[in-house]
Amino acid sequence: MDYNALGLVAGIEIHQQLNTREKLFCRCPTLLRPFEEHDGEFSRYLRATESELGEIDRAAREEMKNFRRFLYYTYDSTCLVENDEEPPAPLNPEALATCLQIAKMFGMAPIPQVHTMRKLVIDGSNTSGFQRTALVAVNGTLPNGGTIETICIEEEAAQRVKDEVFSLDRLGIPLVEITTSPCMHTPEEVQEIAEYLGMVLRSTGKVKRGLGTIRQDINISISGGARVEIKGVQELDLIAEVVRREVERQERLLSIRDRLKERGASVSGTPVDVTEIFSHTGSGILKKASRIMAVTLAGFAGLVGDEIQPARRLGSELSDYAKKCGVGGIFHTDELPAYGVNAEEVTALRDMVGAGESDCIVIVAGTPRQAGCACQQVIRRAELALLGVPEETRKMLEGGSTSYMRPLPGAARMYPETDVLPVTISPEYWEDIPRVELLQAKAERYMTAHGLDAAVAKQVAYSEHLPLYERSVGLGIPATLSARTLIATLKELSRDGLDIRPLVADCDAAGNAVMPAVLQVLKGVVEERVGKEAIPDVLRRIVQGESAETAMQAVEATVAGTDLDALARRIVSERMTFVSEKGMGALGPLMGVMMKEVGGAVDGKKVSQVLKAALDQALSGR
Amino acid sequence: MSGFLPGDLVNCTVGGTGRRGTYITDRDGMAVLKMDSGYNIGVFPGDCTLIERPSPLRVERAEVEQDPSLPLISIVSTGGTIASRIDYRTGAVTSQFDAADILRAIPGLSAIARCRTRKLYTILSENMTPSIWQELARAVYEEIQDGARGVIVTHGTDTMAYSAAALSFMLDTPVPVVFVGSQRSADRPSSDNVMNALCSASTAVGDLGEVAVVMHETTSDDRCAIHRGTRVRKMHTSRRDAFQSIGTPPLGFVDYPSLEVKLSPGAVRRGACEPALHDRLEPSCGLISFFPGMSPDLISSCADVKGLVIAGSGLGHVSTSLIPAIRELIDQGTLVVMTSQCLHGRVCDRVYDTGRDLIRIGVVEGEDMLPETALVKMMWVLGNEPDAERARCMMQENQKGEYTRRSLHGL
Repeated sequence: MDYNALGLVAGIEIHQQLNTREKLFCRCPTLLRPFEEHDGEFSRYLRATESELGEIDRAAREEMKNFRRFLYYTYDSTCLVENDEEPPAPLNPEALATCLQIAKMFGMAPIPQVHTMRKLVIDGSNTSGFQRTALVAVNGTLPNGGTIETICIEEEAAQRVKDEVFSLDRLGIPLVEITTSPCMHTPEEVQEIAEYLGMVLRSTGKVKRGLGTIRQDINISISGGARVEIKGVQELDLIAEVVRREVERQERLLSIRDRLKERGASVSGTPVDVTEIFSHTGSGILKKASRIMAVTLAGFAGLVGDEIQPARRLGSELSDYAKKCGVGGIFHTDELPAYGVNAEEVTALRDMVGAGESDCIVIVAGTPRQAGCACQQVIRRAELALLGVPEETRKMLEGGSTSYMRPLPGAARMYPETDVLPVTISPEYWEDIPRVELLQAKAERYMTAHGLDAAVAKQVAYSEHLPLYERSVGLGIPATLSARTLIATLKELSRDGLDIRPLVADCDAAGNAVMPAVLQVLKGVVEERVGKEAIPDVLRRIVQGESAETAMQAVEATVAGTDLDALARRIVSERMTFVSEKGMGALGPLMGVMMKEVGGAVDGKKVSQVLKAALDQALSGR
Repeated sequence: MSGFLPGDLVNCTVGGTGRRGTYITDRDGMAVLKMDSGYNIGVFPGDCTLIERPSPLRVERAEVEQDPSLPLISIVSTGGTIASRIDYRTGAVTSQFDAADILRAIPGLSAIARCRTRKLYTILSENMTPSIWQELARAVYEEIQDGARGVIVTHGTDTMAYSAAALSFMLDTPVPVVFVGSQRSADRPSSDNVMNALCSASTAVGDLGEVAVVMHETTSDDRCAIHRGTRVRKMHTSRRDAFQSIGTPPLGFVDYPSLEVKLSPGAVRRGACEPALHDRLEPSCGLISFFPGMSPDLISSCADVKGLVIAGSGLGHVSTSLIPAIRELIDQGTLVVMTSQCLHGRVCDRVYDTGRDLIRIGVVEGEDMLPETALVKMMWVLGNEPDAERARCMMQENQKGEYTRRSLHGL
């Protein structure tokens, strides 16, 4: 596909969680919890409020169509700030410093005085009804010549457990939001830039890792289309596909518009109450509803069922809009009779609303209020179909298609967070923020300076255990041993289903800094307290709850009990016939016997020395 | 000073490029700019130039329609968080709304009652004074006389309990007089202002006949509690359920969103008395909290007040070393009443020696009155009863439910 000819323009917004000790506006840990560990619940309603200019944001107004009660889970690791029951603490300086560091790496300019804002979000994901956010720096550069417009620091939203239930553990974790200019023109370019941004972020060593810790929003438009923001793309590999599918959707919507125009299609403004037609219907949904309303879309027949993206039709778009009123979805005559609605009912419906063969009828069912509201939404979206592509915020579905979330928010959704004082970024402070080495550069350095081979060097540089590796090498532990243990051994343990967090944790339960257990063990190896071969065993013991010290002593003990020299002499003397036969050639086979006896607790090199000495002695004494 | 006016369209250089925005205010030497994206940023005023000065934005406000078939309630506003807006000048939340704005801000209020609004003050409640309590009592009395079926007083939460106690003593009311506020500012979508206001309106048209505070019962938006004005206390700095009835169950509850009011058997019902106003207060009273090692000088420094409430330790004690200073105060004619900083439970100065000493020198046991309520009551008693002995007796008699004869268990 010729994306240039289509006029594809795309920009990215990346949201990356920061791995700070505390949350952005309270002193809680940035710790995710299993939902079943929640120790309390409370419920709230949210309402759109006026901005300081007396306006209500259009996206917020849309959410308000449905007055919903939200339920929140609390934990012993959350506090009254997440509950929206206490004013926020000052902006977390650790998070701000990390954000500034990232800004510096993109060559950005800091804002002299950073103001925290409230961004209205009343979908329940923020207990307060807004997300706190602050613009920190502007004007960065990208390798493709594009610019990074802004970097903001924000608080993460609460995680949806299901429907209207949210978990507060994630709420308030610091996020950086990086917004690029609309400077990308092919799906692949969007993916490449996203990968580059991710690499720079990870280079700081201060971002969270793992699924859900980084999310991309993509802004896309084509010529004649409209700006659409797709939220929450978590998998990098899907970015290009999401772009391809959105381009397809916009093209198809434009084609639908053209065909509607040709047909002289229009939207009838008056919904009709058709409840009585369905009084004996076979459709469970319609039977349950106290009110069923119909909207006639003149000239729309066949096009509502037209596919615009894999598994998405114009009808899906109408349905998304209607759902904002609390109805389950819509039925339309392009797909009827079906779903328990029979042909007689469809005919009766057409007769009642006076619709012809070229018209499509959409019906919605619910309470009178819901049905009325849903009709208005269907009318609104159908009218937009006559114009082309509406500006929207959409969310990604599995596979890369998208569904409607809400209109693009306007500036009216932002107002000052009056409980947080502004922070001045002095030139001296900015000057002192260190730049960090990019992961690409690190990988090269590990090859040249540490002697790692290229593949391992890259693995180490991009690994979440990179900080541990650097610390390990800093402690004088050989690079290859560090790399092998932190990359291969830890991965093997994880693969065996073990929780390796006790091995890599750099603070204890009380939050005090400690040397990670895996580094203590590696030190033990260098100090020859433990053999290299014993590393997996020792690490397993630690995972099972032993301290590093106890675990090392345990394997030491199995050796200390035996005098290595005596053991070697015994093994040799018991196999004298074999030894006499093979001479020094017996060393290899006997090593195996000996290593089995010491249980891997002693370094192989040392065992080999001792065994060789014993063999020498036995052979010379012959 | 930047020299710009709020609303000015300006161009500011940030990071080498110009950015357009609306000037909001000056803050710590910086010009605060609202950009088109909605973000505010602080920039050096020297980096900004004026593009144009637009004519002020007129905010269209819809008229509030009233249903003449509904009962009439009066909303008297004094300020506080239930009626607050963002102030451009400081960037902080301040009380600026009048009662009509409340009607607009609380959708649903006009479905419960016809509302008459009366703006008395727009102050933060820490700036309240006894003379404002008096003015408030007179205003509420007038509203009752003018036919209001109930009166709602919007009030900052910090000292709402004091004001509620003050009106309890100064007013005999046959209709509900409901104090309401909010703990989380009205400019946030999660504010408790709407639910508290709707529940208070439902209470105001209901069957209650006394002064009450209506606020969240728990942190959830499920139910409001109706507290007696003389038994309520703010028990948390920030939580929605900060207001608690102490030593007595709440007068009732209002479910949300159904707004169904359930009154407890102990609540005084509508029409139980004729309206009356006893609005004299003696403002020269004090409340002092005892602590270990407290200097007698602190007691002596209260020599000029007409009455002093002490929040003592435990059953109502102060250290032996303070007794001479207190005796001196009493001998000079100061009324001294002992309450407990435990808040829960009853003062009893007949158990330990210091307590007996206090009774001997003439300290009045404040029974189970809250220290703040005892203070307000003292102002009212001394304002209305010139006879010292009679005033002493009144302090120990129940006036408006501030004091219970029995300490119920389970509270």
